Amino acid sequence: MTRSPSAATSLLVVLLGLAVALPFVAPGYYVQFASKAVLMAMLALSLNLVVGYGGMVSMCHAAFFGLSGYMLGFMTADDAGASVWLALPAAILVVAAVAAIIGALSLRTRGIYFIMVTLAFGEMLFYLFHDTKIGGGSDGLYIYFKPEFAIGGLVLLDLENARTFYYVALGGLVGAALLVQALVRSPFGHALAAARDNERRALSLGFPVFRIRLLAFVLSAMIAAVAGFFSAAQFGFVAPQLLGWHLSASVLVMVVLGGMSSVLGPVIGAIALLGLEEVLKSTFEHWKLIKGLIVIALVFALPGGVQQLAAMIAPRKTEGGRDPETPEVLPASPRASEPRAPEVKRSPVAKEAVSHV
Amino acid sequence: MDAITFAVQLLNGVQYGLVLFLVASGLTLVFGILGVINLAHGAFYMLGAYLAWAISAYTGSFALAIVGSLVISFLLGIALEEIFVKRMIGRDHLAQVLLSFGLILVIDEVRQIVFGKDVHSVMPPEWLRGSIQLTEVLSYPVYRLALCVACLVLAAVIFYVIQKTRLGMVIRAGAENRDMTRALGIPFDVVNRYVFAGGIALAALGGSLVAPVSTVFPGMGDGMLILSFVVVVLGGIGSVAGAAIGALLIGLTDTFGKVFFPQISSILIYVLMAGVLLWRPNGLLGKA
Repeated sequence: MTRSPSAATSLLVVLLGLAVALPFVAPGYYVQFASKAVLMAMLALSLNLVVGYGGMVSMCHAAFFGLSGYMLGFMTADDAGASVWLALPAAILVVAAVAAIIGALSLRTRGIYFIMVTLAFGEMLFYLFHDTKIGGGSDGLYIYFKPEFAIGGLVLLDLENARTFYYVALGGLVGAALLVQALVRSPFGHALAAARDNERRALSLGFPVFRIRLLAFVLSAMIAAVAGFFSAAQFGFVAPQLLGWHLSASVLVMVVLGGMSSVLGPVIGAIALLGLEEVLKSTFEHWKLIKGLIVIALVFALPGGVQQLAAMIAPRKTEGGRDPETPEVLPASPRASEPRAPEVKRSPVAKEAVSHV
Repeated sequence: MDAITFAVQLLNGVQYGLVLFLVASGLTLVFGILGVINLAHGAFYMLGAYLAWAISAYTGSFALAIVGSLVISFLLGIALEEIFVKRMIGRDHLAQVLLSFGLILVIDEVRQIVFGKDVHSVMPPEWLRGSIQLTEVLSYPVYRLALCVACLVLAAVIFYVIQKTRLGMVIRAGAENRDMTRALGIPFDVVNRYVFAGGIALAALGGSLVAPVSTVFPGMGDGMLILSFVVVVLGGIGSVAGAAIGALLIGLTDTFGKVFFPQISSILIYVLMAGVLLWRPNGLLGKA
């Protein structure tokens, strides 16, 4: 318990040090690959706020990611890049507005319906860009100029420089991680987790569950928008496929691979999955077959539910007296305690009374 | 729009809706009975079409293509249930989503290895080609009419099995209360296996029947999967009657949308879905 925070902190420092040093030691291709990985990590991080902490399996986060990229495309002129100060907030606001509408409709539903409805809304945005002439239709849209970080004509950061771009992306990821960390540890984050663990109890305690979930959904979409904005800037191209559900599902795999119960888990999952794909792509023609088998193996390697992954790999310290694993793990072996059922039944109620006084 | 065009579009819409029902009923049954969400449903639709193409190209027989595609996908469904799906029952939805996503990747790559990624077309048998004069001024492709009839017969069989047979009674009881059904000594694991394999077979059958009017191409399952989800969400999960209503609504909305609002036709069905969910969050015939 006392050892784990410092171990986690030193691991974090080492990782961050490696990330900062990377452009100085790695060839250009890997700097670009690292930028891509950092931005996907940001997307995975944002999805985890909803899936891991909110218990809402969203299948439309790619749509937020892609929509933001399109916003950058629309705001980039034919002969000059868009101003980051204008285009980024605009992209984030548009995505937030769309997410608020999708969230307000989807959150009326539960569980399986939520998955299907978010999936359907994501596809709706996909078809909006695929079937209409908006953004070049199915051909997509080229972004010939990267957005400009400038004040009064003075260029602060030149995003055309791959190394600078990488550091901007990395800065964004660190900022997003700090934001999510702060959110998760705040009373808002605890209320969100409480609604995930026991909705009825959270409601009866007076938490505005719907509003809390909607806020988490919109905030998460806004982080996804930042990732999508820079991702579109990096590749200079957006296409409807960026909004499709295959990407949403892939990001979900990243979240689960890295673990849902920590802020950094999805980041590690994203980097691991992208690294793995890169190796597979260069080795096998039918690499997707292997990716699929790995995803299936991942599901079976976690028989107690994916929530347990983080607990299995690294038993995490409890924060603020609440351990996110406990509610999922406790009911896992009801039969063992069946003979003493009355006593078991009473004790959580007593605990509940104490913890919420 | 004159009356003839309207009638043709109406027939097209109904035909599309009937195919959608066939595919979506498998999805809704598998979820209603097994409690398993299967994103790979569309992949089996595509597989069914490719199997039908391969068999008809090899043997030259359309009937053999349909039956072969049905039997192979049914056996595949039994094998998959045995290896993967039965371990997913009772797991959280996220695990099921991931498993079926993995299955999609595997099925897609295996399809590419076995059948390649070319676009194909399937010829219907001689006697189902051409058009038929329905009235003096209205002619309609024979195969599309045959497709409607085939889907209607299948729909009747599905309803008969579920409403009137002992198997259907067990299926309905299982959807209502799984534990109680098991406690009554019903071999639910066996029922699960056949429901899953049957659901897969319905998806594949849909794909193989549609092959002559559509083209057979790698991404065909994706669109069908999403549409099936919309149908299931509209109708209410586990409700076959709901799936029928949802499928016809979607089929007609999509077909008439393409005529009246070609630019935004594919968005219309989602607007319809959003409207229904605002009104009834659990679908038209869904239980709360």
